[in-house]
Amino acid sequence: MPREKILHKVRTALGRSSGQPPAAPPPVRLRIPDVPLDARIESFICALNKLNGKTCVAHSPQEVLDYAAQLCEGKRVVASNSPVLRECGIVELPNVRSNYTDADKLREACAAADIGITSADYALGDTGSLVIIASPREARLISLLPPVHLAIVPRSRILTGLDELFTLLPNPAEQTSSMVLITGPSRTADIEQILVRGVHGPREIHVVVL
Amino acid sequence: MSKAATTEPSKFRQTLEDANLQLAVYTATGRLMEKRREAVAADVLPEYQELRTQAHEIKKHTLDNLDYYLELFEEHVTAHGGKVVYCKDGSEVADFVLRLAKERGARLIVKSKSMTTEEIDLNERLAHHQLESVETDLGEYILQLAHQRPYHIVAPALHLTRYDVANIFTEKLGVENETVIEKQTMIARGVLRQKFLQADIGISGANFLVADSGAVVIVENEGNARLTTSAPRIHIAVAGMEKMIARAQDLPVFLKLLGRSATGQPLTVYTSFLSGPRREGEVDGPEEFYVVLLDNGRTRLLADREKRQSLYCIRCGACLNHCPVYRKVGGHNYPWVYSGPIGAVITPQYMGVGKDPWLPFASSLCGACYEVCPVKINIPKLLLDLRSEVTKFKAKERGGWAERMVFRLWAWVMRHPRIYEMMGSMAAAFFPEGEKPGWLRSVPSFMNIGPLKGWLSQRDLPRPASKSFRQHWRSRRKGGR
Repeated sequence: MPREKILHKVRTALGRSSGQPPAAPPPVRLRIPDVPLDARIESFICALNKLNGKTCVAHSPQEVLDYAAQLCEGKRVVASNSPVLRECGIVELPNVRSNYTDADKLREACAAADIGITSADYALGDTGSLVIIASPREARLISLLPPVHLAIVPRSRILTGLDELFTLLPNPAEQTSSMVLITGPSRTADIEQILVRGVHGPREIHVVVL
Repeated sequence: MSKAATTEPSKFRQTLEDANLQLAVYTATGRLMEKRREAVAADVLPEYQELRTQAHEIKKHTLDNLDYYLELFEEHVTAHGGKVVYCKDGSEVADFVLRLAKERGARLIVKSKSMTTEEIDLNERLAHHQLESVETDLGEYILQLAHQRPYHIVAPALHLTRYDVANIFTEKLGVENETVIEKQTMIARGVLRQKFLQADIGISGANFLVADSGAVVIVENEGNARLTTSAPRIHIAVAGMEKMIARAQDLPVFLKLLGRSATGQPLTVYTSFLSGPRREGEVDGPEEFYVVLLDNGRTRLLADREKRQSLYCIRCGACLNHCPVYRKVGGHNYPWVYSGPIGAVITPQYMGVGKDPWLPFASSLCGACYEVCPVKINIPKLLLDLRSEVTKFKAKERGGWAERMVFRLWAWVMRHPRIYEMMGSMAAAFFPEGEKPGWLRSVPSFMNIGPLKGWLSQRDLPRPASKSFRQHWRSRRKGGR
């Protein structure tokens, strides 16, 4: 068995025996700065704008709906099953399709869509990142296949940064098979280091903070 | 195929004389240096040095106890419905993929960027058995079409211009000659989008393996790794087992360092934390999830307490960008897929010091690589250790005797100041300082023999001064000039 052989080689190399507990690991290093909500929102918007992301602060679900309706007019749109989108009335827009539970059908719809709409479980103020956790409410491909991604983020979900995220979620694997951090539109600079957006993922990202 | 080519001096000269290539590499690495410098500056990231120390400590701890963390990782992957596969080398990895593909009737594989799969030539091994495996990172895709290996760990096609890409696309894809970079990118997007939607298996690498979660963490900018790991029915992550870190809570330390050191980004566009196949109720994602843990010589590196730290590398490429040698000779003159300072350190350890004995010497020991390494690998120290190993190896092989004699003689002369001075004045008499001081430019024929010839073919000697330092010193102390 290669497994036993390799583990044995590793133990021999390290001079350890089977079942030997490890030495004490270095203490975890997580520092959460004290940043008030308004400053976190501002920092998030500023960071995302710098990455060419478009942002909007809405003061009511109606304002979110207005933004979405304008963006989606005449487009093919797939929305996730997030309750936030339903509360804002986004899933009732005429050209928005939602409520997918079958992977193949969802994939087909996303591949043909112009816009994908999701919520975000968290956002990171210092880097302008969205955090999306796969669940029955959020699929993976809606934020990935369509060329435009619109995300709705409740303002209370905007954290300071990575350290706070991993303090709240010490082990994301316990609740999901996939957590993704999205920081701006898809990009490449593989040819002559010239920046091109939208190489495989969305070229445009819109975030509405509610 | 160019992949296995060993390095010959003529290739070095070709690179040095290629003005376009020199400019391309110098500009690209220079830009990456600048971006990194801005991203880790003290006013932007005051905790930078602290993060480096912490990253080093975590890697040290995890690798010092790697057997424990491998088993912990496996336990969690299994608990989440995935499977861990241990492989001792590339042929075992290929066998595993081929067997799985056959069992599942898979015909097309999409791949995201992975130095580990480059290391074991996975695509070629699969192609050998008529299994198509398509690279989807833009740079890697271009290189796969052109049958070249990556030029740089992070920017694989750094050496190609838009005109090169236009030719490659025209020849391999049969498209019209297109030299606008944005349009070239969209051509690739179109071709690869179809592959993503048709593929049965996605093979990715891993930037980190998280032991306490059984998770594979992948960072990228394009979204191709997300597609590779989300769209096909089966996801296989191939990773060197040194990619392990102990806890998910250690990730912020590494994520803050990796993007900044590589491209100056505080975070890359996508960071995926993947733990197992799609779960009950989740709408999409792979149905099967495998993590292939590769040895391929890593246990050998692990056994050396001092050099074990070369396994801490998180492949940011900063040492390449900052290396005066890499910036001149480029990525294809190194004997293996890993180039630059880190390549010079790990290649001899994987391949044996006797294979390319010149490699640890291809460094000015300026220390820039150590200074910018986000996990504080002491590369110059490791290069010196390897040099000593090469010398011992040569002695054992009874090679290099002439060099040893010369250095023994040199050491003897240096310990005898009078003889040293005598030889100095002899040399000065032999090469009188003419109208043009400076370099000899051509050495006299009696020196152009044996090992000296080889040595002098790449170097020149300064013309000896007519009056030596010691003579100056003596006359000054007497009060003269």
